[in-house]
Amino acid sequence: MTTLLFELALTFYFAAAIVSLSELFRESKGASKMMFAFAFAGFALHTVGVAARYISTGQIPITSMHEASSFFAWCVMLVFLIISRKYKIGIMASFTMPVIFLLMLSASIMPREATPLSPTLKSYWLAIHTLLAFLGNAAFAVAFGAGIMYLIQDANLKSKRLNGIFQRLPSVQTLDDMNYRLISAGFPLLTLAIITGALWAESAWGSYWRWDPKEVWSLIAWLIYAIVIHVRLVAGWRGKKAAMLSILGFLVLLFTFFGVNYFHNTLHRFP
Amino acid sequence: MKILVIGVNHKTADVEVREKLAFNGEKLSKGIAGLCALKNINEVVLLSTCNRVELYASVDNTETAINRIKVFLSEFHAIPLESFESSLYVLCGTEAVRHILRVASSLDSMVLGEPQILGQLKDAFSTALKEKSSGILLNKLMKKAISTAKRTRTETKIAENAVSISFAAVELAKKIFNDLSGMSVMLLGAGEMAELAARHLLNCGVKNVIVANRTYETGCRLAEEFCGKPVRFEEFKSEMLFSDIVICSTGAPAYVLNRDDMHTIMKERRQKPVFLIDISVPRNIDPDINKLENIYLYDVDDLQEVVNTNMTERQKEADLAGEIVEEEVESFMRWISSLKAVPAIISLRQKAEMIRSEEFSRLRNRLKSVSDEDMQAIEYMAAAITNKLIHAPMVALKDDCEDRQEMIALIKKLYALNGDHDDKK
Repeated sequence: MTTLLFELALTFYFAAAIVSLSELFRESKGASKMMFAFAFAGFALHTVGVAARYISTGQIPITSMHEASSFFAWCVMLVFLIISRKYKIGIMASFTMPVIFLLMLSASIMPREATPLSPTLKSYWLAIHTLLAFLGNAAFAVAFGAGIMYLIQDANLKSKRLNGIFQRLPSVQTLDDMNYRLISAGFPLLTLAIITGALWAESAWGSYWRWDPKEVWSLIAWLIYAIVIHVRLVAGWRGKKAAMLSILGFLVLLFTFFGVNYFHNTLHRFP
Repeated sequence: MKILVIGVNHKTADVEVREKLAFNGEKLSKGIAGLCALKNINEVVLLSTCNRVELYASVDNTETAINRIKVFLSEFHAIPLESFESSLYVLCGTEAVRHILRVASSLDSMVLGEPQILGQLKDAFSTALKEKSSGILLNKLMKKAISTAKRTRTETKIAENAVSISFAAVELAKKIFNDLSGMSVMLLGAGEMAELAARHLLNCGVKNVIVANRTYETGCRLAEEFCGKPVRFEEFKSEMLFSDIVICSTGAPAYVLNRDDMHTIMKERRQKPVFLIDISVPRNIDPDINKLENIYLYDVDDLQEVVNTNMTERQKEADLAGEIVEEEVESFMRWISSLKAVPAIISLRQKAEMIRSEEFSRLRNRLKSVSDEDMQAIEYMAAAITNKLIHAPMVALKDDCEDRQEMIALIKKLYALNGDHDDKK
């Protein structure tokens, strides 16, 4: 049952991603409507799938790489839908939907069976710590899309290439504003995720901070986003620098999420 | 009755010819009256703009009407026919309808897709209505032209994207700032183009205008016009801290703003984006400034390039608009051909009515004893029978089919309708 729901959601996300990419080349109201129809259908199935998995295993479904990737995709989708409602920028889908689909795709190639949690991890901290981290990361994922859009639009304006996608992208100020808002929303979530993680680590392993690779890479990402917010408030840095840092920050987060498990021995490793 | 277009436009005639043929001011109503007085010409609409003088008419005989109109134009404007005859174009029937619809949709304009022509056509039509020179045919045609123009405008992008430098600047501003309403614009030097761009920006909601001109008094006058603030030219750099859009046209021989200045200004502005428009030749703003972050510098060539690209886009859209026009031409021509059946329908109905009333009065004279009430019932029945009998042929006549002409002839023959009603019409 959960497998079927997952596969259906994956299929709808795939369709939505393909349609959204086609919107990069050609403007069409029909395509945009179709994209949202696919995305909503996928999201609905995905939501039911995540809930079903939660009910059947009795634990928040982020305990394997498969579950975590899938849940991450779900969070990004949620943030994307909220932002789409607020900003109404049709072409935004082209920069977030493929990311969502790739997250789902990576979930699909990982082993799917639910694994029982080790007793040290069975705690309400698990839900709090991971939910905060995932929602924060989701905001950063959409900020990453906004950052790419900003760089494209900025390059268009600077080089005076003013047709095609230029017409469909919003103003650079809007994109910069969106990027900043998403980072401002993601940053406190990531901060709280790190704090709750430290508290949990203290109660589970006996120390707040162990320089575990996952902790280190999260801290790097946190510092990058801290810089974005700090220099904006202090020196008014914005635009290109903020967009590039936001893209870098998300790449670091992706590495934290996927890479650390393969390259390092970590306590955050999925079973 | 045929539709006829005679006229000159910017493609066929020089301005010297066009201005001689123009019907402006009082000449317009006099011209219409004169044309209506010509024999054989039933309806007239006269369109006279700076780019075209066109006369739309419905006439009985095209050949004679064309000659009469040509002679009239020559006499009315007191210019020899030879001086403009070669510039005139004459179109009849479907060609004429297509031309009028294309003119209204701005497909025949000098600037493709420009919106003024529709207004001018509407004015021409309302003048014709006032002078009562337009009738059933041209009324319908003018309404068709107006609705076609609206359709092309909404269904294609022919009128989208700026095709003037000042509008292009506004469009660009919208891609830099998310909301123009809180923005401030500074005019650095007062030129016609700068003024125009400022006016467009104000229309888009820009609130504050700062004018810095070398001659302070001129600057004051301009600032007053925009309800803005004049500043001394020497102070413009400090005012740039508060200006999001700067339109520069000082005519200075060298750069008035260099990269270092701008770097400092941006620091103090805390990197808030700036849109610099340099329409002065030679340029007044160091082009290197475009390399600084959060600054977008456009010179007059860049804007011209934007305009050219947009023109090409419009050209593409014009093909789509042309297809819409073709559809509408076809629908209008169908309506015209349905008109051909009107005389036959009228005479058929008249004939039926005549028979009915004749037979009824004969009957009434014979049946003296019948009560009024019964008489009414009989009259009602007679009407019902005639109506039902002619209903089917009437529907067939109104029906839009290819062999309508044969149908009309056939029905005329079957019901022995002689053509005298046609002549009355």
